[in-house]
Amino acid sequence: MATVTEAPPLAPTPEKKPPRKRGRWTPYWLLLPGLLWLIVFFALPMIYQGSTSVQTGSLEEGYKVTWHFSTYWDALSEYWPQFLRSILYAGSATILCLILGYPLAYLIAFRAGRWRNLVMVLVIAPFFTSFLIRTLAWKTILADSGPVVSTLNSLHILDVTNALGWTAGDRVLATPLAVVCGLTYNFLPFMILPLYTSLERIDGRLHEAAGDLYAKPWTTFRKVTFPLSMPGVVSGTLLTFIPAAGDFVNAELLGSTDTRMIGNVIQTQFLRILDYPTAAALSFILMAAILFMVTIYIRRAGTEDLV
Amino acid sequence: MTTDNSGDVRLSGISKTYGSFTAVHPLELTVPQGSFFALLGASGCGKTTTLRMIAGLEEPSSGTVHLGDQEVTHLPPYKRPVNTVFQSYALFPHLDIFENVAFGLRRRGIKSVKKQVEDMLELVQLGEQARKKPHQLSGGQQQRVAVARALINTPKVLLLDEPLGALDLKLRRQMQLELKRIQTEVGITFIHVTHDQEEAMTMADTVAVMNAGRVEQLGSPTDLYENPNTTFVANFLGTSNLIEAEVDSKSGDDIVLRAGGGKLVLPESRCGAPTTTGGKVLVGVRPEKISLTHADDAGEIAENRNRITGKIADSSFIGVSTQYVIDSPVCPEFEVYAQNIDRDARLVPGAEVVLHWNPAHTFGLDAAQDIDAGVAEVEEEAA
Repeated sequence: MATVTEAPPLAPTPEKKPPRKRGRWTPYWLLLPGLLWLIVFFALPMIYQGSTSVQTGSLEEGYKVTWHFSTYWDALSEYWPQFLRSILYAGSATILCLILGYPLAYLIAFRAGRWRNLVMVLVIAPFFTSFLIRTLAWKTILADSGPVVSTLNSLHILDVTNALGWTAGDRVLATPLAVVCGLTYNFLPFMILPLYTSLERIDGRLHEAAGDLYAKPWTTFRKVTFPLSMPGVVSGTLLTFIPAAGDFVNAELLGSTDTRMIGNVIQTQFLRILDYPTAAALSFILMAAILFMVTIYIRRAGTEDLV
Repeated sequence: MTTDNSGDVRLSGISKTYGSFTAVHPLELTVPQGSFFALLGASGCGKTTTLRMIAGLEEPSSGTVHLGDQEVTHLPPYKRPVNTVFQSYALFPHLDIFENVAFGLRRRGIKSVKKQVEDMLELVQLGEQARKKPHQLSGGQQQRVAVARALINTPKVLLLDEPLGALDLKLRRQMQLELKRIQTEVGITFIHVTHDQEEAMTMADTVAVMNAGRVEQLGSPTDLYENPNTTFVANFLGTSNLIEAEVDSKSGDDIVLRAGGGKLVLPESRCGAPTTTGGKVLVGVRPEKISLTHADDAGEIAENRNRITGKIADSSFIGVSTQYVIDSPVCPEFEVYAQNIDRDARLVPGAEVVLHWNPAHTFGLDAAQDIDAGVAEVEEEAA
């Protein structure tokens, strides 16, 4: 008769001990290049910049770390209008990008069919031209005697924007409107791509299910599609807002002295006035302000739930 | 007083074509109020398309869909008193179980949904899970949420698209009984699409077997199983042994056929094919209707039974029964399932045997069809 006896518990065999010395360190070795990169190009410059911001002195005598924190207060009290303007312009551009980009991303994700790849290429195509040239092109497009301005003028739209303070003196160039348009144009792909990615991931059967459960198309969008695309909305707005807030090219080329953004101030301080401490302090303030806003925004958007 | 027929589903002449491909050929179908109806067929046979046309998710190329007396052919899904349990459930991942179930009620502007949702979750035994997200539930639980989400709207008709396809066998059996129980409890018309013939037979009161965009046969599970009208149904629903035979003569209510050197008797009422003397007919018999007797005892077999001789080619013991494959001159692979009551030790591969059965269990089919129709599909689905 065959009997079944319980097998003795297996003693752990030495071969089975998983982490061997070399194997255990492999992940860290793989991390090393990235870590070095971060240290050399992020951590060290940050420390250097930090120390610069609390230095005093002059170009001739040299700068010394004197823990002169009042540079921060001075910078903030002098340049707060530019800070506010940056946030306002970047915020407006982000909202415009969302309004323009969402329908397009939706169209590409759900309706484009075999045109999908072509439209995607068209979205990315501007990247093949330099940022600077693209922005300069807007100078021509929005030129005072150009077709855009004359069309806006004859439709009396400029009267409205003049009244709102977005444009001045029947021109678009060198006004807030031009800067915001430039920002919107330049950062639109950064909005569309994440939006498209998150929309495209939505299972089409969820739309059918919503319809089956008495949701009209618009309700389906509000209750199902939009909430599920929130990760894309959040990353798209961040990818647009953060670089737009620090941008100086659009304000430089399409704006005037009245539309200077904080990026322009920092650029001038660093490269023209050569006041390094103020420039460094301004950079830190901008960074802190963006970090603060982004943190609040992500908290409010509550995207952690959307897996 | 008239009987309530608002849950009747009437399809008249509906068809669906995609370019040159016809997914569903013009179809006439009436599903009476309160029945549990199954559309059975292999993948690509048009059963899901038919279901989607009832749900409004697919526009028919021709024909009309009626729910009770209301024509709904061109109504969008959100205006139809019909709800669907989707194949992969399609639960809303951003809403918790409670909100998933409440979705339909809220869309119809019902404010106080708490009581109803809780009762419904109780019905599907998920009261504890109300505040979880779908991805935190097991497959079986998600399936029940999908059923609850549809049922809470008390639709006239509930459509189920392969609702048990993603579950493992044990859970599937359990959910089959569960769904059957729910259907009996709520009394709503259920239309269930499945490729699993056992599932269709256990759950439904009426089964329509679909093949290549057409309904091959419609009837109760017993009726379909015992009296298949086509080789597809005979092979797709269970297993059939089909023999090519020639009509010899008629005697009373029976037809006498010649097959191999022997004679077989087939009741005329069980033959769906034209029978002219000398014409061909396919004779079928289910494997479990056949008795096996060792050739030495052939004399003990009653006179009035159909008999065929052969040799056991293979046998496999599966507990409740033994499945034999018999090599016979009239049919190369005759299948016989014998219940393991008194096992004859002589019935081993190589033994000469006589297969015999009550002529009443014989059915006749038109010989102009493919004798193997429906066989491959079963194997494909099993793979």
